Amino acid sequence: MELNQLTIHELQGKIKSGKTSAVQIAESVFKRIDAVEKQVHAYIRLMKEEALAAAKKADDDIKKGNIKQLTGIPIALKDIVCTKGITTTCGSHILHNFVPPYNATVVEKLSAAGAVFVGKANMDEFAMGSSTETSYFGVTRNPWDLERIPGGSSGGSAAAVAADECIASIGSDTGGSIRQPAALCGIVGLKPTYGRVSRFGLVAFASSLDQIGPFTKDVEDCAIMMNVLAGYDSRESTSVQAEVPDYRQFVGRDIKGWKIGIPKEYFIEGIDPEVSSAIKKAISVIEKSGGQCIDISLPHTQYCLAVYYIIAPAEASSNLARYDGVKYGFRTAEARDLLDMYKKTRTQGFGAEVKRRIMIGTYALSAGYYDAYYKKASQVRALIKRDFEEALKKCDIILTPTTPTPAFKIGEKTDNPLQMYLSDIFTISTNLAGIPGISVPCGFTASGLPIGMQFLAGHFEEGKLIQIASAYEKNAKIEKRRPQL
Amino acid sequence: MISKQEVEYVAHLARLEIDDAQKDKFTSQLNDILLYIDKLNELDTKGVEPMSHAIAVTNAFRDDKVVESIGTESSLANAPDARGEFFRVPKVIE
Repeated sequence: MELNQLTIHELQGKIKSGKTSAVQIAESVFKRIDAVEKQVHAYIRLMKEEALAAAKKADDDIKKGNIKQLTGIPIALKDIVCTKGITTTCGSHILHNFVPPYNATVVEKLSAAGAVFVGKANMDEFAMGSSTETSYFGVTRNPWDLERIPGGSSGGSAAAVAADECIASIGSDTGGSIRQPAALCGIVGLKPTYGRVSRFGLVAFASSLDQIGPFTKDVEDCAIMMNVLAGYDSRESTSVQAEVPDYRQFVGRDIKGWKIGIPKEYFIEGIDPEVSSAIKKAISVIEKSGGQCIDISLPHTQYCLAVYYIIAPAEASSNLARYDGVKYGFRTAEARDLLDMYKKTRTQGFGAEVKRRIMIGTYALSAGYYDAYYKKASQVRALIKRDFEEALKKCDIILTPTTPTPAFKIGEKTDNPLQMYLSDIFTISTNLAGIPGISVPCGFTASGLPIGMQFLAGHFEEGKLIQIASAYEKNAKIEKRRPQL
Repeated sequence: MISKQEVEYVAHLARLEIDDAQKDKFTSQLNDILLYIDKLNELDTKGVEPMSHAIAVTNAFRDDKVVESIGTESSLANAPDARGEFFRVPKVIE
C-alpha cells in the first residue's frame, strides 16, 4: 500500500512510530495527483508549495513530539470555504479571482490541528447541483467510471478521497451535497446537525440548510475529523453552544438492543434494483449486529423535494444578491450605468443553473407570492420536522438508501433540472429537519459502481451515527476495492 | 403558470438579463418546477407555525467591544475598481 491510500488513523500510527514523515505522505499524495488528476479533475486549484511547506513544519513538530489530531495529514477543501490569500471561487466565474482576506473557521481549526491542505476541490457552481457538472471550471469525473458523475455538489471533494488524491476532505451539504457524492464515490460522508460546525467563512447558499462536514475513507476517520470540526463559534450566529463529545469513543461500540427505523416512504418505485438489494443485505447485517429493525413512517416525505425547491432558491436569491461587481469578484467590462453594470455582471458571471435558482427564488419571494410559496413551504417544513421527531421516539436511528440510483452518466440529466433534483430525494429531508446524517458504502453494482446507505439520528446525535456506521462497517466486511485509474 | 412576461419581470428583479433564445427554455423549465411545487397545495397547513430554522435560534449578542477587523486595505483589495478609501462604480445620476 502507498501512503496516499491509507486512512488518517493508519498514517497517525506510522507518524508516531517514526515509520514515515509528513513530507513523505504529502509527496505520495502529489505523486498520485500527477498520475490521475488529468482524468478525474477533482481540484480547481492545487496548493503543492503551501502543502510541502506545511508538511515540513509538521515534521518539525513531530520531531519535538508535538503531534496533534491531524499533524501531517493531507486534506482537500471544497472551494466554498474561504482560505486566506488563496483564491476561493465557489465553482463560479463571478468569484474566479476572489482572494479571501480571512480563513473560514473550519480552515483555522484544521490548520491548528496540524492538517496539510492539498488544494481547493471542484464543485457545482455555488453548490447548486447534484453532479459537479455546473462548475465553471469543468466537470469532475467519478474515479470508479470516468464516464459518470461523482455526485454533487461536493463532487471534487468526494472524488479526491476516492481516488486517493488526498486522505480526507471537507464538503458542504445543503440538500445532500456531502452524502450523495460520498455514496456515489464509495466513501464515508457526514452532514452534521445544523449548528454543530461553524459556517463562518463558508460561502452562503441556503442559510437555514447549509452545513459543513467531512469525507473520509472510513468511519474512524470521520470521528477524528468531527473531533476537529465540531464546536461553538462566536463568529457564527447559528452556531450552537452544546457540549462536543469525543466522537472517537463511539467507534467499535456495539449496537445491541438498538431500534432501527426503516421508513416505508424511502422504498419507492424507481429505486434501482441493485441499490434496493444492497440495502436489504445491509439491513440483515444490522440485525445480525444486534439492531432490531422496525417499520416506521415519515408521511410527508413526498413533499420534501417541493419544499426544498422553494426554500433553497428563495434563500439563495437573497444570499447571491451580494454578487454585484462592486466589492469583489468579476465585473463586466461594458456598462452604461450602475443598473446596467449589475445586470451584465450577474448575467455574465453566473451559470445557467444558478440563474434558474435565483429566478425561482426571486419569483417565490416576490410581491403577492410569498404566502403561496415561501410561507407554505415553511409550514410543510414544520410538518416534515415533526415526522422525524415522532419517528425518533420509536427508534434510535433511521436507515435509508442514500440515493435512488448509482452514479449516472455525464450529461444524462443536464437538460432536465427536475430529473437532476430527484437524485437528492433521500437526502433533502435531513437538511429540512436539521438533523445529522451519514452515508457509508454498502456494496457495489454488478458493473462495479459504489452504493451508499444513509443513517439518520436526532439533533446532536452524531455519536450514534458514528457508532452504528462503525458497527456496520466492521460486521458487513464490504470488500475493499479501489478504483482502477 | 408563469408567462414569458413574468419571467422578464422576475429577471429584472433579480438583476439578470435573459436573451430571447433563453427566455423560452427558462419559461418552460420554471413552469415544470413550479408545477411540481404545486404539490404542496394538496396539504392543509392551516394553523401550522412556519419554521424558519431547524433548531431554536436566539439572537447572538457579544459585548460591545472593539475587536480586530480586516481593515480598509484588505477590504478593498478584491475590488474591481477602487480609489482611495472607496469602491468605484459607474455613474448613478445623470
